[in-house]
Amino acid sequence: MSVSAPPSLSPQAPDVQRRTVRDFFLARPVRPYIHPYLGAILLGLVLFLAFFITGNGLGASGGLNRIIVFFQDLISPAHVDRNAYLLKMAGGDKNPLDDWVVPMVFGTLAGGFVSGWIFGRVKVETNKGPNISVRSRWLWAFVGGAIMGYGARMARGCTSGQALSGGATLSVGSWAFMFAVFGGAYAVAWFVRRLWN
Amino acid sequence: MNFPLLLEPMVGKPWMYVIFALIGFAFGFVLEMSGFGNSKKLAAQFYFKDLTVLKVMFGAIITAMVLLFTMVGLGVLDFSQVWVNPTYVWPGIVGGLIMGVGFIIGGFCPGTSLVAAATAKLDGVFFVLGVLFGIFMFGETVPFFEEWWNSSYLGRLTIPEWLGLSYGVVVLGIVLMALFMFWGGEQLERIIGKKDLRKEPRLRYAAAATLVAGAIGVIMIGQPTTEDKWALVAPVKEVALDNREVQIHPGELLKIMADDQLRVVISDVRPEQEYNLFHISGARNVPLDTLGNAIPEMHARQALNTIFVVVSDNEAAATDAWKTLTAESVPNTYILEGGINNWIATFGKEDPAIQPVPASFAASESASYATEQLNYTFPAALGDRYLASAPNPHEWELEYLPKVKLEMKRDKSGGGCG
Repeated sequence: MSVSAPPSLSPQAPDVQRRTVRDFFLARPVRPYIHPYLGAILLGLVLFLAFFITGNGLGASGGLNRIIVFFQDLISPAHVDRNAYLLKMAGGDKNPLDDWVVPMVFGTLAGGFVSGWIFGRVKVETNKGPNISVRSRWLWAFVGGAIMGYGARMARGCTSGQALSGGATLSVGSWAFMFAVFGGAYAVAWFVRRLWN
Repeated sequence: MNFPLLLEPMVGKPWMYVIFALIGFAFGFVLEMSGFGNSKKLAAQFYFKDLTVLKVMFGAIITAMVLLFTMVGLGVLDFSQVWVNPTYVWPGIVGGLIMGVGFIIGGFCPGTSLVAAATAKLDGVFFVLGVLFGIFMFGETVPFFEEWWNSSYLGRLTIPEWLGLSYGVVVLGIVLMALFMFWGGEQLERIIGKKDLRKEPRLRYAAAATLVAGAIGVIMIGQPTTEDKWALVAPVKEVALDNREVQIHPGELLKIMADDQLRVVISDVRPEQEYNLFHISGARNVPLDTLGNAIPEMHARQALNTIFVVVSDNEAAATDAWKTLTAESVPNTYILEGGINNWIATFGKEDPAIQPVPASFAASESASYATEQLNYTFPAALGDRYLASAPNPHEWELEYLPKVKLEMKRDKSGGGCG
């Protein structure tokens, strides 16, 4: 790991200075995650401010959806025009990227990166259970992602757009959805325990 | 009642998107700080070892919920302009179950995988690619089950409306339920995750007490009634009424009804028997005392090009209806000037079946807008089968002052991930 000394501005030690400036960007000390309840309060504040200022909650999968449809429309607009679901986002002269959830997705990426950088957690690695290989973890991440993406669109929202946003505004459907997500995950957790334990 | 802000007319689209990007930035930052970029931490939730997911998710929901409904109760935030995910019962539940399976196999949800990918976690990158593939597959396959996907639709339905309870009571109930789940979660972490609870910060009890107090506060403030909301907007809206900015001429109503680019929803607020005697073609009967029930549907079908027009015999009942709709933030709402009486005076003069009530019985012309009384008699309750119910717009060239202006609506598209 890296040197965790604060950047020194002392003129007598140019070597140390060069190293610490480089470290300031590339090898920051790893800090622990914040306490879950503090995370909860901060996330709650972000969610509340999103509603308070804009009237919209948070979102992620909708933005990814629009990015996909943007490329589909680029490659085959005629195909998009035959599909009512795609047409809603990209029909006629509509630009699928022209929606608030798209800048939000890019903001989320940037925010995650900056937090990871400040707290020294930007690092090329693969998080996995001890009993599977890196490659099979990648495969299962892709498979799980595909299932998740499919389900998220079917449910008209993912954890952010349905569970968090609809939960805070007391939507009946979002609460039913939320319990279904936990139910689905707990129902199969035992069968896939080798992935994680 | 100034929030949520009408961002697009206020700052323009580019800056509006900057604001959304900043909210996204804060979202990603907090997710990463809480450890949601780490799939091991997320998956541990489902083996009862580390219940961070439960704590952060439900903690965020109850924090936001208490703040949100406090602001609604204080009249600062207009809840009708806040996006509430529409309820599609079965697609939501089946989609949720599928997502749960994807969660435990892949180790992320879409939002957290973005954060993982941004911090160079390769499993996060593969998950994002998987999500993109899954979304693509959904778009390609949804035409096969579109009917089911749009079924069990209950619209904008909140738990308090569903249970018939007040918002405050439901908010308090959910806060208590979440706190109970946190307590249970901590016990699981102690037993299965071998965690020492004595090291947990004592401050969490203070946070819990604050949330309960906030929820009780929501009950005490109560939610604003239609009268409260009207009182807040009355200074501006009374002026519009007095200047007759919202009372549209029958000729203008006929014109906008014929305009293919507009959707005109006419609510006839008279009693049912008068509606059955005569009404404008396409008008729905919404007697004044049932108007409240029709408002959620009006919010649900809001589109940029929808215009709501309220109609009564003259103007008094329609004006009351207009005040209710305006207080409840139904946009683009207008009153038919002079009501049905004026409509018939304009379009029904040549219909021999419709006869004016003898002058001695009819309210005098000047006072007629304030009283509710039909000035015409009809041979039978033919509803909209009179000629004057559906005048041909091409046959009428009328002089009037156009008043309909489409109000820019906020971007309330699909919401969140939807």
